[in-house]
Amino acid sequence: MSDQNSAKVLQAEAKDRSSSPLARIFSGSVGRNLGLVIALLLLCIVGAVTAGDRFTDVNNLLTIVRQASIVGVISIGLTFVIIGGGIDLSVGSVMGLASVAASFAVVQDLADQSNYIVMVLIALGVGIAAGFVNGIVIAYGNVVAFMATLAMLVGARGLAELVSNRRTFVVDQDGFRAFFRGAFLGIDALIWLFLIVAVLGWIVLNRTTFGRRTVAIGGNREAARLAGIDVKRHTTYLYALSGLTAGIAAVMILARTTSGTSTHGVLLELDAIAAVVVGGTLLIGGRGTITGTVLGVLIFNTLTNVFTQNNLNSSVQNVTKGVIIVVAVLLQQRFARGPSR
Amino acid sequence: MVSGDHPIPLLRASGITKSFSGVQALRGVDLEIVPGEVHCVLGQNGAGKSTLIKVLAGAHQPDGGELLWNGEPMTISDPVAALKLGIATMYQELDVVDGLTIAENIFLGHELANAGMLRAGEANRRARELLQRLGHSDLSPNREVGSLSAANKQIVSMARALSHDVKLLIMDEPSAVLDSEEVTKLFRVVEDLTAGGIAIVYISHRLEEIRRIGDRITVLKDGRSTASNLPVADTPTPDLIRLMTGRTVENVFPPAAPIAPDAPELLRVDGLGTRGLFEGVSFSVRAGEVVGLAGLVGSGRSEILETIYGARRSTSGSVTVDGRMLRRGSVRDAVRAGIGLSPEERKSQGLLLGEPIYRNVTLSTFSRFARSGFLDERKERSVAREQIEALDLRPADPDRPASTLSGGNQQKILLGRWLVHGTKVLLLDEPTRGVDVGARAEIYALIRRLQEQGTAILLVSSEIEEVLGLADRVLVVAEGRVLAITDAKDIDEHAVLDLVMKGTAA
Repeated sequence: MSDQNSAKVLQAEAKDRSSSPLARIFSGSVGRNLGLVIALLLLCIVGAVTAGDRFTDVNNLLTIVRQASIVGVISIGLTFVIIGGGIDLSVGSVMGLASVAASFAVVQDLADQSNYIVMVLIALGVGIAAGFVNGIVIAYGNVVAFMATLAMLVGARGLAELVSNRRTFVVDQDGFRAFFRGAFLGIDALIWLFLIVAVLGWIVLNRTTFGRRTVAIGGNREAARLAGIDVKRHTTYLYALSGLTAGIAAVMILARTTSGTSTHGVLLELDAIAAVVVGGTLLIGGRGTITGTVLGVLIFNTLTNVFTQNNLNSSVQNVTKGVIIVVAVLLQQRFARGPSR
Repeated sequence: MVSGDHPIPLLRASGITKSFSGVQALRGVDLEIVPGEVHCVLGQNGAGKSTLIKVLAGAHQPDGGELLWNGEPMTISDPVAALKLGIATMYQELDVVDGLTIAENIFLGHELANAGMLRAGEANRRARELLQRLGHSDLSPNREVGSLSAANKQIVSMARALSHDVKLLIMDEPSAVLDSEEVTKLFRVVEDLTAGGIAIVYISHRLEEIRRIGDRITVLKDGRSTASNLPVADTPTPDLIRLMTGRTVENVFPPAAPIAPDAPELLRVDGLGTRGLFEGVSFSVRAGEVVGLAGLVGSGRSEILETIYGARRSTSGSVTVDGRMLRRGSVRDAVRAGIGLSPEERKSQGLLLGEPIYRNVTLSTFSRFARSGFLDERKERSVAREQIEALDLRPADPDRPASTLSGGNQQKILLGRWLVHGTKVLLLDEPTRGVDVGARAEIYALIRRLQEQGTAILLVSSEIEEVLGLADRVLVVAEGRVLAITDAKDIDEHAVLDLVMKGTAA
């Protein structure tokens, strides 16, 4: 830890000496997010040039955001965990488990036609509960986050299979479908949900004591502890928050696919981590932005769309994604050495 | 065994300097090592001993000065180059790998192999020979190192050093983890090695050990060699202590106002202990009083501070702040009761380096300024600005990241953190480490000001003169026990060192 710290100091000092106003802007938060915006715009230009109207069509652009919305919501929660110095590999599994729990036939009966809110609450409850288990095991059991959430990844998936007996539950709740598959002001409910979660996430990270504690713990756990912050409790809350966003994502996948199954969210954690890291959040914690994560999610989904429009298969997409992740992290290390935010 | 005017010394260092990001660790060290001698390097904590070792071992490159090996100028580019020359080092932190066997540890980095296939049998045979040479034929080369005692790990570390063709062996406080019988054994090995022409650099602060095995001494103080290559036999102990402590920088401690006779007792520590670290610590600090803990690194002084603060859980005794008994092991409870800690390691324990000054200042108070969870950054900035002004913190820009500040100004952030709301008891662990002379004087003045405002202060410092200069009363600590509690004016630096060294030897 202290080596990391002294390395940060040296970087910061080096940056300070060489800082022209322009360099400051580019190494600051605006600059880093500006880089992501430029990358996104470049992708859009490539899309427009190669696929023409098929890409620039408003419906296509909305499709990109709609497809980004589920992994986007999960990435917001994950951003908090990673800024706080942790990792959550279980988000995809927990989403699958929550989707199964909420769409269970009995639950749907219980919810009856008008009270679909019961389903929503169950999805959120299962997500939060799984997150709390992660958090308690990590914070109070002193289990490494990677292992604890890897165990949850496997365990939650298994539990989802047990509960569902590997069946798929079709959501026949008209009220649920009407609300979550509907649109408001011409924009899908899913996109609104993503937007709301992102805005709330931004406010919580930047404007509340919860966000400040998150940055403090990720930046220097020992300093935060010695300053009187209850690090264990806050760490638990961080994983519960990640569980909550996985629960929200479960509601969204139920709406999009109108079914709940244990296979929802397989490998979703990898997409989410990639988006968060490409968005400029340091994997060692202490620094990161919600805006960056949103841009990271949009970049990956736009890329997929551009490739699909050009009839390139998913193998090519994956290779490109891998390259993007490495390049983004390299750029992060070279240029993103300024203060956070 | 050694003649002072050996024709060509094995190693001669002159004017070695080294600094780390602005902190001068070595300011000019001279020493000369001849084959077959035990050359002791003596110095207080922070005098530069460890840096010197790392320069000789190739782990650090010196900024200036000259190294001669057998009369030839040379640079030691890395630890492998040092080993090739024949310089092996046994570090204080045992650098063995617990999961490997003794033999595997000994040949770590230069495994015996044929075309990539390990020759385990040969390694075991040679490991057994080395262990025998060190008088430890009882250790099996196949034993896993993790199951060994600290003393035996040291033997493994030494066997590893000897597995190279070594001409110079550097031993960093080898006796720190040994009991007296093991120390005797170690000394026999040392005599054996020097009889074979190997030179030994022996780091220790136990004077009686140096008397027993040392041939010559080099004394370090504040990164300088205050005396080089003195024959041990002709140098009386008081001279050595004066060389270790002799002041190179005159520190001026501002006078303290007398404590009011009716000053309330703000901190009371009763029979406090943490199993394995320290025990039976009892004392109290009154409002406006500075109590100092004097002792060496590892004496338990920092641990005592951290336990009072709740950062470590005590196993016995109690801590009372202004009449309120604290919960064991709860920093939050301690902070709520009005204790503040400025930790020993500023960077790793105190600061969020990437975050701006104001957020570092308000790290322990930001939630008090918040309204229903929402931060009040304007209030935080203005509070930080008050502290910046009161502490004369430079640059006076609350939005600068903490990493861009000098050591002294970083320290002021940590002090400011606890001044934001009236802290009753302030625990200061090494408040002037890595701080330049000017900022030091400011920190001293600040301590006095806090004292006048009625804060109770508990101070730990490696620099005994600092403890004596600032404190009203002093607790001398060694090996987890309080050896003496006296008025600071009734004791001097020599007496403290004397007590500590006797206490450590016992």
